[in-house]
Amino acid sequence: MTFLQIAGLSKSYNNETTVLKDISFNVKAGEFVSIIGPSGAGKSTLLRCINRMVSISDGEVVFDHAPITKLKKRALRQLRTDIGMVFQHYNLVPRLTVIENVLHGRLGYKSTLQGVLGRFTEEEKEHAFFLLRKLGIEEHAYKRCDQLSGGQQQRVGIARALIQNPKLILCDEPIASLDPNASKIIMDHLKSITTELEITCLINLHQVEVAQQYSDRIIGLNQGEVVFDGPNYKLTEEKINHIYGTQMRELITV
Amino acid sequence: MSEKGMQKRKWQLTIALLIIIAITYLSAAITNFNFMDGFAAFPEAIGWMFSNLFITQESLERLPTILDKLIETIFMSIAATTTAAIVSIFLGIMGSKTTSVNSLLSVFARFIASVSRNIPVVAWALILLLSFGQNSLTGYLALFVGTVGFLTRVFIESIDEASPSAVEALTATGATYFHIVNKAVIPQSLPQMISWILFMIETNIRSSTLVGILTGTGIGYTFDMYYKSMNYNAVALVTFSIVLAVIIIELMSNYIRKVIM
Ligand SMILES: Nc1ncnc2c1ncn2[C@@H]1O[C@H](COP(=O)(O)OP(=O)(O)O)[C@@H](O)[C@H]1O
Ligand SMILES: [Mg+2]
Repeated sequence: MTFLQIAGLSKSYNNETTVLKDISFNVKAGEFVSIIGPSGAGKSTLLRCINRMVSISDGEVVFDHAPITKLKKRALRQLRTDIGMVFQHYNLVPRLTVIENVLHGRLGYKSTLQGVLGRFTEEEKEHAFFLLRKLGIEEHAYKRCDQLSGGQQQRVGIARALIQNPKLILCDEPIASLDPNASKIIMDHLKSITTELEITCLINLHQVEVAQQYSDRIIGLNQGEVVFDGPNYKLTEEKINHIYGTQMRELITV
Repeated sequence: MSEKGMQKRKWQLTIALLIIIAITYLSAAITNFNFMDGFAAFPEAIGWMFSNLFITQESLERLPTILDKLIETIFMSIAATTTAAIVSIFLGIMGSKTTSVNSLLSVFARFIASVSRNIPVVAWALILLLSFGQNSLTGYLALFVGTVGFLTRVFIESIDEASPSAVEALTATGATYFHIVNKAVIPQSLPQMISWILFMIETNIRSSTLVGILTGTGIGYTFDMYYKSMNYNAVALVTFSIVLAVIIIELMSNYIRKVIM
């Protein structure tokens, strides 16, 4: 069953260079897909076209029957509540507490007044604590986020995405700023939780090994074009070199 | 840094120093300022200060009047700063790239910031004096206008650096503009904004003395009056009480800063 459909997607920020060129692929519900490619390939841009954090220049993106390209402001807001996003730099409000940051994930469901007054239901708060427990950071709930380690902050970011009850999670290099230990914790959580809750997951990675270890399917991007799309066992050394260009590949593994 | 880089920096410093010396010498020559005469005047000036500017029993009797005016001045500075802060928060949100809603408003906010900031408070006082005359409203407005300019600029900077990433994250959750401003932008930048507001209150108490001399209000007017009537003991008392007030306010705001940061 196709859940996310991308057809002929193109994107250029200015009219001179095209960042994404005629990208087409479908994602099935519940799939865990990694997008790999050298830096500047357009991975971040691709993710941001899906929740329209950047405008789409050409082509179609259909998410759960909704034509994303055509949505007006209010419908777009509503659609975004179904899509969680996790960032390389966590993108939390550092001065606020963990629990406040997690509850931010519910704002999309609130009217302006409810949200501004910070009216959250008991159920929402319980849900937040449930997620923090699941991610192993419940004891930090009332700490300010700037007092947490990178790995812990990323778990707050994941909790904020999960409390949206999303159908899809977009992760933009979630482990690029973390050490190997913290990276493993984050990847394990992402994998197990999205599997358990049947959430579709699209994740930008720059470590090929991590992509191969965790994902069902890998999409290789180079200079805005899909140069590989298949199950992870088909990603041979030769294909990897094709995605990164041989020299690049050496730089990355060193 | 490499050996060569160090060498280069040393040279740059030396050249910069030479240029500064040249400019100093040149400006002294142009303005006919003689360093030797300047230094020679020091002992005499200090002698005058010691023999005239001391607080006497008689001048202490004027303390209630002086305190009255001082408090008036402090409150005017606080009022001017806080009202300016309210306007500046709005302009700051409009002017910052992360939170602006409309490029026209954004340009407008930045314009206000640069225009009112590049004109010193004293100049504002003189300009406003022409249209509003010599009264306390003029003093208030002069401080207000200058403060709006300064605070708008620093608020724009605070907002710009405080939370662009969190703004992106909240936009992606489907939060509205007002959610984002209230739940991410304000909480993150508020302590820094308050710190700037406190700084501006301190600054305004200092400048309100000068503005007061021009507009005939508050402690500045008292100072001017005693000065012109050559009651130098009272002048000393006024000066002393201003310095004391500024120090107290500074200590208080440093304490507040520590608590909120
Ligand atoms: N906001 C932007 N404005 C202009 N160009 C951009 C912007 N964001 C990204 N780009 C350009 O688009 C290209 C792809 O960037 P990005 O999607 O961030 O790649 P990746 O995430 O794979 O490193 C780069 O050449 C980058 O310079
Ligand atoms: Mg990127």
